[in-house]
Amino acid sequence: MTRILKSIEEFEGEVSESLVIVDGHDLPPARHDGGSPEIGRSRRRIDATQRVTGRARYTQDLYLAGMLHARILRSPHARARVRRIDTKRAEALPGVRGVLHRFNTPKTPFRGDDVIFREEVRFVGEEVCAVAADDEDTAREALALIEVDYERLPHVVDLEEALGDVAPQLESDGNVSESGSHKRGDTKRALKEADVAVDVTYRTSTQLHNALETHGAVALYDGEMLTVWESTQHVFGVRTGLKNALKLPYSRIRVICDYMGGGFGAKNGVGKYTIVASLFAMRFGKAVRCVLTRDEENLAAGNRSATLQQLRLGAKGGRITAIEHTSWSNSGQGKWIANPTGPTNTLYEVANVNTRSYKVVTNAGSLSAFRAPGYVEGAFALESAIDELAEAAGVDPLTLRRRHAGAGKDPITGNRYSDKHLLECYRIGAKEIGWDRRRAGGTRGSAPHRRRGIGMASQIWGGGGGPPAYATVHVDPDGSVVLTAGTQDIGTGTRTVLAQICADELGVELDDVRVQIGDSAGPFGPMSAGSMTLASVGPAVRLAAHDAREQLLGAAAGVLETPKAELRLEAGAIVSKGARTPLGEVLGKVDNNTVIGKGIRFPNADDLAQKTFSAQFAEVEVDVRTGEIFVERIVAALDVGRIVNPLTAASQVEGGVIQGIGFALSEERIVDRALGRVMSGNLEGYKVPTVKDVPTIVVKFVDRPDRRANNLGAKGLGEPPIIPTAAAIANAVANATGARVRHSPLTRARVLEALALAGIRD
Amino acid sequence: MPPTIDRRGAALRGPSAVDVALEVNGERVVVHVPPRRTLLDALREQLGLTGTKKVCDEGTCGACTVLVDGRPVYSCLTLAIACENRRVETIEGLAKDGELHPVQRAFVDTDAFQCGFCTPGQVMSIVALLRTVPQPTEDDVKRAVAGNLCRCGAYPNIVAAGVSAGRRKRT
Ligand code: FES
Ligand code: FES
Repeated sequence: MTRILKSIEEFEGEVSESLVIVDGHDLPPARHDGGSPEIGRSRRRIDATQRVTGRARYTQDLYLAGMLHARILRSPHARARVRRIDTKRAEALPGVRGVLHRFNTPKTPFRGDDVIFREEVRFVGEEVCAVAADDEDTAREALALIEVDYERLPHVVDLEEALGDVAPQLESDGNVSESGSHKRGDTKRALKEADVAVDVTYRTSTQLHNALETHGAVALYDGEMLTVWESTQHVFGVRTGLKNALKLPYSRIRVICDYMGGGFGAKNGVGKYTIVASLFAMRFGKAVRCVLTRDEENLAAGNRSATLQQLRLGAKGGRITAIEHTSWSNSGQGKWIANPTGPTNTLYEVANVNTRSYKVVTNAGSLSAFRAPGYVEGAFALESAIDELAEAAGVDPLTLRRRHAGAGKDPITGNRYSDKHLLECYRIGAKEIGWDRRRAGGTRGSAPHRRRGIGMASQIWGGGGGPPAYATVHVDPDGSVVLTAGTQDIGTGTRTVLAQICADELGVELDDVRVQIGDSAGPFGPMSAGSMTLASVGPAVRLAAHDAREQLLGAAAGVLETPKAELRLEAGAIVSKGARTPLGEVLGKVDNNTVIGKGIRFPNADDLAQKTFSAQFAEVEVDVRTGEIFVERIVAALDVGRIVNPLTAASQVEGGVIQGIGFALSEERIVDRALGRVMSGNLEGYKVPTVKDVPTIVVKFVDRPDRRANNLGAKGLGEPPIIPTAAAIANAVANATGARVRHSPLTRARVLEALALAGIRD
Repeated sequence: MPPTIDRRGAALRGPSAVDVALEVNGERVVVHVPPRRTLLDALREQLGLTGTKKVCDEGTCGACTVLVDGRPVYSCLTLAIACENRRVETIEGLAKDGELHPVQRAFVDTDAFQCGFCTPGQVMSIVALLRTVPQPTEDDVKRAVAGNLCRCGAYPNIVAAGVSAGRRKRT
């Protein structure tokens, strides 16, 4: 019977309620007895051959016949009014097909109340004009011929400058607005009564995603359908953005993302380049390609906000009694911020907590979600400060955490966790790193000027996923299987794990399952973000496969004239009393019939909190002469429910840790304050980790199914591994040297400064 | 029009598009490109060989790595015209008769990629390494791919793939 149910979901730290149409019943939790043919087994990626042969086609690889090339003219000013645009010379250039800007383009909505070309441009890199031409070179030349009359306005790009009185106020209500708060107990009193307290300020710099494939789209309009290929984490989100911008119905927009070269949160919705390509495509009836360059990517494609965070912590009798945490995030021109106080609110059972988080607008590029937005920044501050408190209280930092990490309930909602094994992560990680070797004050390093230390940090994050998500399983008459699901593979291995779930439940070989995803022509599914893909889509796939299997057994019962109860489907064959008949043979008897199994994601229990937990341990050496940090080993111990594919799961953890190392040690957007220009706009100035920056990484999973989370018992894994890395490293550095670096990345200059402050060098 | 000859006797070409003959993956091809056209763009746009990726277009990432006369080069920093009559190998040319190259197989087996966007460049760098160092150590592999960025952080498995590829024989 079709009915409506309530569901509670968490997305990147925000909990919301939704309604879901459901039909039938969910499956009981999958078995976890080691007998699964596919789930829990390491499998090579099913699309691996495509990826290693260069045959995988990414958006930037699409060259359609007669395709035009669009490029975007961007503001050279941090803040200016666009008074006049003269495109005569550009349009006279042979090969130029058209130009779009605010004076010749109807107001085209972009993400809510914004438009694609604004009268006041508000950061260096903001879109001013777009050109379509027969080839890329001509489009680029045309940009240089466009004359724009800008009226420059005062700007501010720096977070702390924007907080001050002299900065220009960018919004009618100022630059600063509160975006969230949480209060429990009485922190004032607890701090007054504390034996020890720390009062510390932390900073994190802006991190740039720099997925290797830049943002881009290819749009094609045939008079009836708008088809857009886009490098995106959400084909359906792009479809919605296009619907709002172009006023086309969903039925006439198709968004495809077959292969994509990384997103990390920056590709969660429609881009202005998508709309530009689509507008030109609709005007000219041709394919139009608009792919950003690396520089554009670093100006106008999102970032992780810089933050300023103040924390006050108190302890009494060896326990944490109070945490106050106030945070300011540079949102640039973004409309929201991620919440750095999220971990403070929920990670530990502490009676008195008071947090507040503020959004600060500036004339810098907008933030966008970046792998665990807010939590990476917040965990760096919180988990560093906990170590500072432990040090002040003379308690081992792991012991101090253990005293607060066992809570079975979410402290904000009071809902029980569906499952939680954080203490187990501590146990596994501590053993693996050899925590008992850790000495207060660190130890001698491998050379006289090198100190060695161990540190750790822990993590909480969502990852429970939720509805709506849909899947269908088609079994063709030859016994081959097509799994269609509303999702996309952004490099996480989604195709492979979904195929495993399908093969497992259906009873066919992995090789028999073809996975069709990344296409809005299929059933709806969530964005590949918030660590929710597996936990959202996986259970729907399982249900669809189960439905198909039931139908197949029913059909086989008829064909083989055997009661259904005596039949099983195993490795692609119907098994009856020891006899195996290949599925294709059975279905061949009813040729051209197709069995279609359907599955949906049922709601989350509304009285439980589905969370992921983990801890990371770092061992480092620090050269106290140069300030260089050598990370030698990272141990990551994670509780993310059941692991479907240990091989790809471990890869994802390693990748998260490595991005965490970048955030901790080298990645930092530098913006010139006077001009508002990004000075680190390419991969030379902006340092992402190379192979030589990678330490030994040990990955350990608790691997216990969270049976109350969903029918698969699996939770998300994309974001947890990046959250605690920077704090674990900073804590190891402090252990090694006695110097506390309170600004990430921990560059050599900052380490040297902290060493000098601590009196370790002058 | 006869070609203009420079002081050293070489023919000056351009500035408009000219025919350039290349050997790409064992086949002789002629591309018609202006002299400023990079090898990367010629491969991707003229020859449809889009396996080689453009990430920075300025020599800072290694995604566009191909082999020219057996040596790895950044094809975004190499002009197509400079490769006239030279041997160019790209990711598309590695698998023979449907059989993956040992380095490709090692990448598949060790899960040496996530999004796969850096993969063609990584693979080509390691293929070049194996021709001079058939049994590389971890350090050899690290040195070979030090100029190949991977934003997904597949590095540990890339190194493992390089080492294990050295132990495989081409079948
Ligand atoms: S694209 Fe050639 S090095 Fe980056
Ligand atoms: S696999 Fe994504 S960049 Fe290397």
